[in-house]
Amino acid sequence: MLIRYITQIGRYFLMLKEIFNKQTKWSVMRNLIFKEINDLIIDSLGIVAFISFFVGGVVAIQTALNLTNPLIPKYLIGFATRQSVILEFAPTFISVIMAGKMGSFITSSIGTMRVTEQIDALEVMGVNALNYLVFPKIIALLLYPFLIGIAMFLGILGGWMAGVYGGFISSAEFINGTQKDFIPFHIAYAFIKTLIFAMLLATIPSFHGYYMKGGALEVGKASTVAFVWTSVSIILFNYILTQLLLGS
Amino acid sequence: MIEIKNVEKSFGGNKILKGISTIFETGKTNLIIGQSGSGKTVLLKSLLGIHTPESGQICFDGRVYSELQADEKRELRTEIGMVFQGSALFDSMTVAENVAFPLRMFTKNNKAQIKERVDFVLERVDLQDAHSKLPSQISGGMQKRVAIARAIVNKPKYLFCDEPNSGLDPNTSILIDNLIMKITEEYDITTVINTHDMNSVMEIGDNILFLKDGLKAWQGTKEEIFRTDNEAVVDFVYSSNLFRKVREAYLKE
Repeated sequence: MLIRYITQIGRYFLMLKEIFNKQTKWSVMRNLIFKEINDLIIDSLGIVAFISFFVGGVVAIQTALNLTNPLIPKYLIGFATRQSVILEFAPTFISVIMAGKMGSFITSSIGTMRVTEQIDALEVMGVNALNYLVFPKIIALLLYPFLIGIAMFLGILGGWMAGVYGGFISSAEFINGTQKDFIPFHIAYAFIKTLIFAMLLATIPSFHGYYMKGGALEVGKASTVAFVWTSVSIILFNYILTQLLLGS
Repeated sequence: MIEIKNVEKSFGGNKILKGISTIFETGKTNLIIGQSGSGKTVLLKSLLGIHTPESGQICFDGRVYSELQADEKRELRTEIGMVFQGSALFDSMTVAENVAFPLRMFTKNNKAQIKERVDFVLERVDLQDAHSKLPSQISGGMQKRVAIARAIVNKPKYLFCDEPNSGLDPNTSILIDNLIMKITEEYDITTVINTHDMNSVMEIGDNILFLKDGLKAWQGTKEEIFRTDNEAVVDFVYSSNLFRKVREAYLKE
Protein backbone atom coordinates (compact mmCIF):
# COMPACT_ATOMS: atom_id res chain seq x y z
CA MET A 1 0.00 0.00 0.00
CA LEU A 2 2.68 2.49 1.09
CA ILE A 3 4.90 1.50 -1.83
CA ARG A 4 1.98 2.09 -4.19
CA TYR A 5 1.49 5.61 -2.81
CA ILE A 6 5.20 6.37 -3.05
CA THR A 7 5.24 5.04 -6.63
CA GLN A 8 2.28 7.25 -7.54
CA ILE A 9 3.91 10.32 -5.98
CA GLY A 10 7.13 9.59 -7.91
CA ARG A 11 5.13 9.18 -11.10
CA TYR A 12 3.38 12.50 -10.43
CA PHE A 13 6.72 14.33 -10.18
CA LEU A 14 7.98 12.64 -13.35
CA MET A 15 4.80 13.85 -15.04
CA LEU A 16 5.52 17.41 -13.86
CA LYS A 17 8.98 17.20 -15.47
CA GLU A 18 7.54 15.86 -18.72
CA ILE A 19 4.94 18.67 -18.91
CA PHE A 20 7.72 21.19 -19.43
CA ASN A 21 9.64 19.09 -21.97
CA LYS A 22 9.27 19.69 -25.73
CA GLN A 23 6.89 22.61 -25.92
CA THR A 24 3.96 22.66 -28.31
CA LYS A 25 4.10 25.31 -31.06
CA TRP A 26 3.14 28.71 -29.63
CA SER A 27 0.49 29.36 -32.30
CA VAL A 28 -1.31 26.19 -31.18
CA MET A 29 -0.61 26.64 -27.46
CA ARG A 30 -1.99 30.20 -27.45
CA ASN A 31 -5.44 28.98 -28.52
CA LEU A 32 -5.34 26.14 -25.99
CA ILE A 33 -4.55 28.59 -23.18
CA PHE A 34 -7.49 30.84 -24.12
CA LYS A 35 -9.78 27.82 -24.24
CA GLU A 36 -8.64 26.68 -20.79
CA ILE A 37 -9.07 30.20 -19.36
CA ASN A 38 -12.65 30.07 -20.59
CA ASP A 39 -13.33 26.52 -19.35
CA LEU A 40 -11.60 26.77 -15.99
CA ILE A 41 -11.75 30.43 -14.93
CA ILE A 42 -14.61 32.18 -16.72
CA ASP A 43 -16.97 29.22 -16.38
CA SER A 44 -16.29 29.10 -12.63
CA LEU A 45 -17.12 32.76 -12.01
CA GLY A 46 -20.84 32.14 -11.45
CA ILE A 47 -20.55 29.40 -8.86
CA VAL A 48 -17.68 31.16 -7.06
CA ALA A 49 -19.66 34.42 -6.89
CA PHE A 50 -22.79 32.65 -5.64
CA ILE A 51 -21.04 30.62 -2.93
CA SER A 52 -18.81 33.50 -1.77
CA PHE A 53 -21.68 35.95 -1.41
CA PHE A 54 -23.88 33.63 0.64
CA VAL A 55 -21.14 32.06 2.76
CA GLY A 56 -19.86 35.57 3.58
CA GLY A 57 -23.40 36.40 4.68
CA VAL A 58 -23.62 33.29 6.85
CA VAL A 59 -20.25 34.05 8.49
CA ALA A 60 -21.51 37.54 9.43
CA ILE A 61 -24.83 36.21 10.81
CA GLN A 62 -23.14 33.41 12.78
CA THR A 63 -20.64 35.84 14.27
CA ALA A 64 -23.43 38.29 15.16
CA LEU A 65 -25.52 35.58 16.80
CA ASN A 66 -22.57 34.41 18.90
CA LEU A 67 -21.64 37.88 20.13
CA THR A 68 -23.94 37.87 23.14
CA ASN A 69 -21.58 39.72 25.50
CA PRO A 70 -22.42 43.47 25.35
CA LEU A 71 -18.77 44.28 26.14
CA ILE A 72 -17.65 42.88 22.82
CA PRO A 73 -17.87 45.59 20.16
CA LYS A 74 -20.18 45.03 17.21
CA TYR A 75 -17.52 45.96 14.65
CA LEU A 76 -16.08 42.52 15.42
CA ILE A 77 -18.68 41.13 12.99
CA GLY A 78 -16.98 42.99 10.13
CA PHE A 79 -13.54 42.09 11.45
CA ALA A 80 -14.39 38.37 11.77
CA THR A 81 -15.99 38.29 8.31
CA ARG A 82 -12.93 39.91 6.72
CA GLN A 83 -10.48 37.61 8.49
CA SER A 84 -12.46 34.43 7.77
CA VAL A 85 -13.06 35.29 4.14
CA ILE A 86 -9.56 36.51 3.27
CA LEU A 87 -7.54 34.02 5.28
CA GLU A 88 -9.46 30.80 4.82
CA PHE A 89 -12.80 30.89 3.07
CA ALA A 90 -11.78 32.42 -0.27
CA PRO A 91 -8.44 30.69 -0.83
CA THR A 92 -9.04 27.32 0.85
CA PHE A 93 -12.80 26.63 0.90
CA ILE A 94 -13.26 27.84 -2.68
CA SER A 95 -10.26 25.75 -3.78
CA VAL A 96 -11.78 22.61 -2.26
CA ILE A 97 -15.01 23.37 -4.15
CA MET A 98 -12.96 23.96 -7.31
CA ALA A 99 -11.27 20.59 -6.75
CA GLY A 100 -14.73 19.18 -7.36
CA LYS A 101 -15.77 21.44 -10.20
CA MET A 102 -12.55 22.02 -12.15
CA GLY A 103 -10.94 18.78 -10.98
CA SER A 104 -13.69 16.49 -12.18
CA PHE A 105 -13.84 18.42 -15.47
CA ILE A 106 -10.09 18.03 -16.00
CA THR A 107 -9.95 14.35 -15.01
CA SER A 108 -12.99 13.34 -17.02
CA SER A 109 -11.97 15.25 -20.16
CA ILE A 110 -8.40 13.88 -20.14
CA GLY A 111 -9.63 10.42 -19.04
CA THR A 112 -12.12 10.31 -21.90
CA MET A 113 -9.33 11.23 -24.30
CA ARG A 114 -7.32 8.31 -22.90
CA VAL A 115 -10.24 5.87 -23.25
CA THR A 116 -11.01 6.94 -26.82
CA GLU A 117 -7.33 6.70 -27.88
CA GLN A 118 -7.06 10.45 -28.51
CA ILE A 119 -3.97 10.61 -26.27
CA ASP A 120 -2.43 7.67 -28.17
CA ALA A 121 -3.16 9.60 -31.38
CA LEU A 122 -1.27 12.64 -30.04
CA GLU A 123 1.68 10.49 -28.97
CA VAL A 124 1.85 8.60 -32.25
CA MET A 125 1.93 11.93 -34.10
CA GLY A 126 4.96 12.92 -32.03
CA VAL A 127 3.15 15.47 -29.84
CA ASN A 128 4.19 15.72 -26.18
CA ALA A 129 0.65 14.92 -24.96
CA LEU A 130 1.35 16.04 -21.38
CA ASN A 131 2.59 19.42 -22.53
CA TYR A 132 -0.30 19.76 -24.97
CA LEU A 133 -2.97 18.85 -22.40
CA VAL A 134 -1.67 19.99 -19.02
CA PHE A 135 0.60 22.99 -19.68
CA PRO A 136 -2.27 25.24 -20.91
CA LYS A 137 -4.22 24.38 -17.75
CA ILE A 138 -1.30 25.44 -15.56
CA ILE A 139 -0.96 28.75 -17.43
CA ALA A 140 -4.74 29.34 -17.37
CA LEU A 141 -4.79 28.75 -13.61
CA LEU A 142 -2.24 31.51 -13.10
CA LEU A 143 -5.41 33.62 -13.30
CA TYR A 144 -6.89 31.67 -10.39
CA PRO A 145 -5.94 34.44 -7.87
CA PHE A 146 -8.24 36.71 -9.91
CA LEU A 147 -11.11 34.32 -9.15
CA ILE A 148 -10.16 34.22 -5.46
CA GLY A 149 -9.92 38.03 -5.38
CA ILE A 150 -13.53 38.17 -6.58
CA ALA A 151 -14.47 35.58 -3.94
CA MET A 152 -12.88 37.77 -1.23
CA PHE A 153 -14.72 40.89 -2.39
CA LEU A 154 -18.09 39.16 -2.72
CA GLY A 155 -17.69 37.28 0.56
CA ILE A 156 -17.17 40.51 2.46
CA LEU A 157 -19.98 42.19 0.48
CA GLY A 158 -22.30 39.29 1.38
CA GLY A 159 -21.31 39.68 5.04
CA TRP A 160 -21.99 43.42 4.90
CA MET A 161 -25.43 42.92 3.29
CA ALA A 162 -26.44 40.15 5.71
CA GLY A 163 -25.19 42.13 8.69
CA VAL A 164 -26.70 45.46 7.74
CA TYR A 165 -29.97 44.33 6.12
CA GLY A 166 -30.44 41.60 8.73
CA GLY A 167 -30.35 44.30 11.40
CA PHE A 168 -27.28 42.92 13.22
CA ILE A 169 -24.91 45.85 12.70
CA SER A 170 -24.79 49.28 11.14
CA SER A 171 -23.00 49.81 7.84
CA ALA A 172 -20.44 52.16 9.45
CA GLU A 173 -19.62 49.65 12.21
CA PHE A 174 -19.19 46.81 9.72
CA ILE A 175 -16.90 48.87 7.50
CA ASN A 176 -14.97 49.99 10.58
CA GLY A 177 -14.56 46.30 11.48
CA THR A 178 -13.29 45.35 8.04
CA GLN A 179 -10.59 48.04 8.35
CA LYS A 180 -9.59 47.24 11.93
CA ASP A 181 -6.04 45.87 12.50
CA PHE A 182 -5.63 45.14 8.81
CA ILE A 183 -2.37 43.35 8.04
CA PRO A 184 -1.53 43.67 4.33
CA PHE A 185 0.62 40.52 4.48
CA HIS A 186 -2.56 38.49 5.01
CA ILE A 187 -3.53 39.31 1.42
CA ALA A 188 -0.09 38.19 0.21
CA TYR A 189 -0.41 35.04 2.31
CA ALA A 190 -3.82 34.29 0.77
CA PHE A 191 -2.56 34.78 -2.79
CA ILE A 192 0.60 32.72 -2.21
CA LYS A 193 -1.65 29.89 -1.01
CA THR A 194 -3.92 30.42 -3.99
CA LEU A 195 -1.07 30.04 -6.49
CA ILE A 196 0.09 26.79 -4.86
CA PHE A 197 -3.51 25.49 -4.84
CA ALA A 198 -3.84 26.49 -8.52
CA MET A 199 -0.84 24.29 -9.36
CA LEU A 200 -2.41 21.40 -7.42
CA LEU A 201 -5.78 21.97 -9.11
CA ALA A 202 -4.21 21.84 -12.57
CA THR A 203 -1.89 18.90 -12.10
CA ILE A 204 -3.44 16.35 -9.70
CA PRO A 205 -6.69 15.87 -11.69
CA SER A 206 -4.64 15.81 -14.90
CA PHE A 207 -2.44 13.07 -13.43
CA HIS A 208 -5.46 10.91 -12.56
CA GLY A 209 -7.02 11.44 -15.99
CA TYR A 210 -3.83 10.89 -17.97
CA TYR A 211 -2.75 7.67 -16.31
CA MET A 212 -6.19 6.08 -15.93
CA LYS A 213 -6.88 2.69 -17.44
CA GLY A 214 -10.17 1.12 -18.47
CA GLY A 215 -13.45 2.49 -19.78
CA ALA A 216 -16.23 4.93 -18.96
CA LEU A 217 -16.75 3.56 -15.45
CA GLU A 218 -13.06 4.07 -14.65
CA VAL A 219 -13.28 7.68 -15.87
CA GLY A 220 -15.93 8.28 -13.18
CA LYS A 221 -13.82 6.52 -10.56
CA ALA A 222 -10.72 8.49 -11.58
CA SER A 223 -12.68 11.76 -11.18
CA THR A 224 -13.69 10.79 -7.64
CA VAL A 225 -10.16 9.74 -6.69
CA ALA A 226 -8.80 12.97 -8.22
CA PHE A 227 -11.23 15.04 -6.14
CA VAL A 228 -10.22 13.24 -2.94
CA TRP A 229 -6.49 13.63 -3.56
CA THR A 230 -6.73 17.24 -4.70
CA SER A 231 -8.77 18.14 -1.59
CA VAL A 232 -6.39 16.27 0.72
CA SER A 233 -3.40 17.99 -0.90
CA ILE A 234 -5.03 21.43 -0.61
CA ILE A 235 -5.81 20.90 3.09
CA LEU A 236 -2.31 19.56 3.75
CA PHE A 237 -0.56 22.39 1.89
CA ASN A 238 -2.86 24.87 3.63
CA TYR A 239 -1.55 23.67 6.98
CA ILE A 240 2.10 23.69 5.87
CA LEU A 241 1.87 27.15 4.25
CA THR A 242 0.02 28.63 7.23
CA GLN A 243 2.70 27.31 9.55
CA LEU A 244 5.48 28.62 7.31
CA LEU A 245 4.01 32.03 6.49
CA LEU A 246 2.09 32.95 9.63
CA GLY A 247 3.36 30.55 12.27
CA SER A 248 6.79 32.09 12.95
CA MET B 1 10.02 -0.24 -46.13
CA ILE B 2 9.74 -1.45 -42.56
CA GLU B 3 11.98 -4.32 -41.51
CA ILE B 4 11.29 -6.21 -38.30
CA LYS B 5 14.13 -8.35 -37.00
CA ASN B 6 13.51 -10.93 -34.28
CA VAL B 7 11.25 -8.71 -32.13
CA GLU B 8 10.33 -10.01 -28.68
CA LYS B 9 7.99 -8.43 -26.14
CA SER B 10 6.65 -9.64 -22.77
CA PHE B 11 4.16 -8.34 -20.26
CA GLY B 12 4.49 -9.50 -16.65
CA GLY B 13 6.59 -12.51 -17.60
CA ASN B 14 4.15 -13.52 -20.32
CA LYS B 15 5.91 -13.51 -23.70
CA ILE B 16 3.53 -12.01 -26.30
CA LEU B 17 5.90 -11.64 -29.26
CA LYS B 18 8.37 -14.53 -29.55
CA GLY B 19 10.89 -13.35 -32.09
CA ILE B 20 9.04 -12.01 -35.12
CA SER B 21 10.91 -11.12 -38.29
CA THR B 22 9.33 -9.78 -41.46
CA ILE B 23 9.46 -7.04 -44.08
CA PHE B 24 6.62 -4.64 -44.90
CA GLU B 25 7.28 -3.26 -48.36
CA THR B 26 6.63 0.23 -49.66
CA GLY B 27 3.62 0.77 -51.95
CA LYS B 28 1.91 -2.36 -50.66
CA THR B 29 -0.89 -2.98 -48.20
CA ASN B 30 0.60 -5.21 -45.54
CA LEU B 31 -1.91 -7.01 -43.35
CA ILE B 32 -1.36 -8.48 -39.90
CA ILE B 33 -3.95 -11.15 -39.09
CA GLY B 34 -4.40 -13.69 -36.33
CA GLN B 35 -6.66 -14.71 -33.49
CA SER B 36 -7.25 -12.50 -30.48
CA GLY B 37 -4.22 -12.71 -28.21
CA SER B 38 -1.89 -13.70 -31.03
CA GLY B 39 0.14 -10.50 -30.61
CA LYS B 40 -1.18 -8.38 -33.51
CA THR B 41 -1.91 -5.27 -31.45
CA VAL B 42 1.34 -5.58 -29.49
CA LEU B 43 3.26 -5.83 -32.77
CA LEU B 44 1.45 -2.78 -34.19
CA LYS B 45 2.04 -0.77 -31.00
CA SER B 46 5.71 -1.81 -31.08
CA LEU B 47 5.92 -0.49 -34.64
CA LEU B 48 4.35 2.77 -33.47
CA GLY B 49 6.80 3.11 -30.59
CA ILE B 50 4.06 2.83 -27.96
CA HIS B 51 5.63 -0.44 -26.74
CA THR B 52 9.37 -0.95 -26.54
CA PRO B 53 10.50 -4.45 -27.60
CA GLU B 54 12.88 -6.25 -25.23
CA SER B 55 14.99 -7.48 -28.09
CA GLY B 56 15.16 -7.27 -31.83
CA GLN B 57 15.08 -4.28 -34.17
CA ILE B 58 12.50 -2.29 -36.09
CA CYS B 59 13.98 -0.43 -39.06
CA PHE B 60 12.15 2.31 -40.94
CA ASP B 61 13.94 2.59 -44.31
CA GLY B 62 17.22 1.69 -42.66
CA ARG B 63 16.67 3.77 -39.50
CA VAL B 64 16.78 1.50 -36.45
CA TYR B 65 14.09 2.93 -34.14
CA SER B 66 15.74 1.88 -30.88
CA GLU B 67 19.02 3.56 -31.91
CA LEU B 68 17.46 6.92 -32.76
CA GLN B 69 17.85 9.99 -30.52
CA ALA B 70 14.68 11.48 -28.97
CA ASP B 71 14.55 14.26 -31.62
CA GLU B 72 15.04 11.75 -34.44
CA LYS B 73 12.23 9.61 -33.01
CA ARG B 74 9.89 12.62 -32.95
CA GLU B 75 10.91 13.46 -36.51
CA LEU B 76 10.17 9.88 -37.56
CA ARG B 77 6.77 10.02 -35.87
CA THR B 78 5.80 12.97 -38.02
CA GLU B 79 6.28 10.61 -41.00
CA ILE B 80 3.69 8.22 -39.54
CA GLY B 81 -0.05 8.36 -40.12
CA MET B 82 -2.27 6.26 -37.89
CA VAL B 83 -5.92 5.27 -38.20
CA PHE B 84 -7.14 4.06 -34.82
CA GLN B 85 -9.82 1.40 -34.30
CA GLY B 86 -12.22 3.97 -32.79
CA SER B 87 -10.99 6.73 -35.14
CA ALA B 88 -9.61 8.72 -32.14
CA LEU B 89 -10.78 12.04 -33.56
CA PHE B 90 -10.49 15.02 -31.21
CA ASP B 91 -14.03 15.58 -29.88
CA SER B 92 -13.67 19.31 -29.38
CA MET B 93 -12.49 19.97 -32.95
CA THR B 94 -14.45 20.07 -36.18
CA VAL B 95 -13.68 17.67 -39.02
CA ALA B 96 -11.53 20.32 -40.76
CA GLU B 97 -9.67 21.15 -37.53
CA ASN B 98 -9.00 17.46 -36.91
CA VAL B 99 -7.55 17.04 -40.38
CA ALA B 100 -5.56 20.28 -40.12
CA PHE B 101 -4.09 19.29 -36.74
CA PRO B 102 -0.86 17.60 -37.96
CA LEU B 103 -0.23 20.50 -40.36
CA ARG B 104 -0.71 23.09 -37.62
CA MET B 105 1.57 21.15 -35.29
CA PHE B 106 4.41 20.16 -37.58
CA THR B 107 4.56 22.45 -40.60
CA LYS B 108 5.18 26.14 -41.16
CA ASN B 109 2.31 26.34 -43.65
CA ASN B 110 0.17 29.46 -43.46
CA LYS B 111 -3.61 29.34 -43.02
CA ALA B 112 -4.33 29.41 -46.75
CA GLN B 113 -1.91 26.55 -47.46
CA ILE B 114 -3.39 24.50 -44.62
CA LYS B 115 -6.93 25.13 -45.86
CA GLU B 116 -5.95 24.15 -49.38
CA ARG B 117 -4.39 20.87 -48.23
CA VAL B 118 -7.32 20.08 -45.88
CA ASP B 119 -9.82 20.71 -48.69
CA PHE B 120 -7.79 18.44 -50.96
CA VAL B 121 -7.64 15.46 -48.59
CA LEU B 122 -11.26 15.82 -47.50
CA GLU B 123 -12.25 15.75 -51.15
CA ARG B 124 -9.99 12.72 -51.59
CA VAL B 125 -11.99 10.84 -48.92
CA ASP B 126 -15.26 12.23 -50.31
CA LEU B 127 -16.07 14.41 -47.30
CA GLN B 128 -15.98 17.86 -48.86
CA ASP B 129 -19.27 18.83 -47.17
CA ALA B 130 -18.30 17.84 -43.63
CA HIS B 131 -15.74 20.57 -42.83
CA SER B 132 -17.58 22.26 -39.98
CA LYS B 133 -19.19 19.19 -38.42
CA LEU B 134 -18.07 17.77 -35.10
CA PRO B 135 -17.05 14.07 -34.93
CA SER B 136 -20.19 13.37 -32.87
CA GLN B 137 -22.34 14.68 -35.74
CA ILE B 138 -21.09 12.23 -38.37
CA SER B 139 -21.45 8.45 -38.85
CA GLY B 140 -18.85 5.82 -37.92
CA GLY B 141 -17.88 5.35 -41.56
CA MET B 142 -17.41 9.08 -42.03
CA GLN B 143 -15.34 9.22 -38.84
CA LYS B 144 -13.07 6.52 -40.28
CA ARG B 145 -12.68 8.55 -43.46
CA VAL B 146 -11.83 11.67 -41.45
CA ALA B 147 -9.27 9.58 -39.54
CA ILE B 148 -7.75 8.47 -42.86
CA ALA B 149 -7.72 12.08 -44.08
CA ARG B 150 -5.96 13.17 -40.88
CA ALA B 151 -3.47 10.30 -41.23
CA ILE B 152 -2.47 11.22 -44.80
CA VAL B 153 -2.71 15.03 -44.66
CA ASN B 154 0.96 15.48 -43.78
CA LYS B 155 2.06 13.11 -46.57
CA PRO B 156 3.28 10.28 -44.34
CA LYS B 157 5.76 7.63 -45.44
CA TYR B 158 4.11 5.02 -43.24
CA LEU B 159 0.40 4.44 -42.66
CA PHE B 160 -0.82 2.21 -39.83
CA CYS B 161 -4.44 1.14 -39.44
CA ASP B 162 -5.84 -0.72 -36.45
CA GLU B 163 -9.00 -2.62 -37.40
CA PRO B 164 -10.15 0.03 -39.90
CA ASN B 165 -13.34 -1.93 -40.70
CA SER B 166 -14.52 -2.68 -37.20
CA GLY B 167 -18.10 -1.62 -36.56
CA LEU B 168 -18.75 -0.73 -40.21
CA ASP B 169 -21.38 -2.11 -42.57
CA PRO B 170 -20.07 -4.23 -45.51
CA ASN B 171 -20.42 -1.44 -48.10
CA THR B 172 -18.59 1.15 -46.00
CA SER B 173 -16.04 -1.48 -45.10
CA ILE B 174 -15.24 -2.11 -48.79
CA LEU B 175 -15.12 1.65 -49.40
CA ILE B 176 -12.57 2.11 -46.60
CA ASP B 177 -10.47 -0.84 -47.87
CA ASN B 178 -10.40 0.54 -51.40
CA LEU B 179 -9.55 4.01 -50.14
CA ILE B 180 -6.59 2.71 -48.14
CA MET B 181 -5.39 0.61 -51.08
CA LYS B 182 -5.61 3.53 -53.54
CA ILE B 183 -3.85 5.91 -51.14
CA THR B 184 -1.07 3.36 -50.60
CA GLU B 185 -0.49 3.02 -54.35
CA GLU B 186 -0.92 6.72 -55.17
CA TYR B 187 1.39 8.06 -52.46
CA ASP B 188 3.74 5.05 -52.53
CA ILE B 189 3.64 4.60 -48.76
CA THR B 190 4.19 1.60 -46.52
CA THR B 191 0.80 0.62 -45.15
CA VAL B 192 0.37 -1.82 -42.28
CA ILE B 193 -3.15 -2.89 -41.34
CA ASN B 194 -4.12 -4.90 -38.30
CA THR B 195 -7.39 -6.63 -39.18
CA HIS B 196 -9.87 -9.36 -38.37
CA ASP B 197 -11.86 -8.73 -41.52
CA MET B 198 -11.47 -11.60 -43.98
CA ASN B 199 -12.98 -9.54 -46.80
CA SER B 200 -10.05 -7.15 -46.43
CA VAL B 201 -7.64 -10.09 -46.50
CA MET B 202 -9.08 -11.28 -49.83
CA GLU B 203 -9.42 -7.79 -51.33
CA ILE B 204 -6.35 -5.76 -50.42
CA GLY B 205 -3.80 -8.16 -48.90
CA ASP B 206 -0.65 -7.58 -50.95
CA ASN B 207 1.36 -9.05 -48.12
CA ILE B 208 -0.33 -10.95 -45.29
CA LEU B 209 1.42 -11.81 -42.02
CA PHE B 210 -0.39 -14.44 -39.96
CA LEU B 211 0.50 -14.54 -36.27
CA LYS B 212 -0.19 -17.42 -33.94
CA ASP B 213 0.79 -17.45 -30.25
CA GLY B 214 3.26 -14.63 -30.78
CA LEU B 215 5.03 -16.28 -33.70
CA LYS B 216 4.96 -15.74 -37.44
CA ALA B 217 2.96 -18.76 -38.57
CA TRP B 218 2.63 -17.85 -42.24
CA GLN B 219 3.28 -15.03 -44.71
CA GLY B 220 2.08 -14.59 -48.28
CA THR B 221 -0.17 -12.73 -50.70
CA LYS B 222 -3.97 -12.80 -51.07
CA GLU B 223 -3.55 -15.22 -53.99
CA GLU B 224 -1.30 -17.50 -51.98
CA ILE B 225 -3.69 -17.59 -49.04
CA PHE B 226 -6.21 -19.45 -51.25
CA ARG B 227 -3.71 -22.17 -52.08
CA THR B 228 -1.95 -22.55 -48.76
CA ASP B 229 -2.24 -25.84 -46.92
CA ASN B 230 -1.01 -24.33 -43.65
CA GLU B 231 -3.55 -25.73 -41.21
CA ALA B 232 -3.49 -22.79 -38.81
CA VAL B 233 -4.16 -20.31 -41.63
CA VAL B 234 -6.87 -22.46 -43.20
CA ASP B 235 -8.60 -22.93 -39.81
CA PHE B 236 -8.50 -19.21 -39.10
CA VAL B 237 -9.24 -17.67 -42.50
CA TYR B 238 -11.74 -20.26 -43.71
CA SER B 239 -13.61 -20.76 -40.47
CA SER B 240 -16.90 -19.65 -42.08
CA ASN B 241 -18.76 -21.90 -44.54
CA LEU B 242 -18.95 -19.12 -47.09
CA PHE B 243 -15.20 -18.56 -47.23
CA ARG B 244 -14.57 -22.31 -47.28
CA LYS B 245 -16.82 -22.65 -50.34
CA VAL B 246 -15.19 -19.65 -52.03
CA ARG B 247 -11.81 -21.27 -51.49
CA GLU B 248 -12.98 -24.64 -52.83
CA ALA B 249 -14.40 -22.93 -55.93
CA TYR B 250 -11.13 -21.00 -56.41
CA LEU B 251 -9.05 -24.17 -56.12
CA LYS B 252 -11.29 -26.04 -58.60
CA GLU B 253 -10.70 -23.28 -61.17
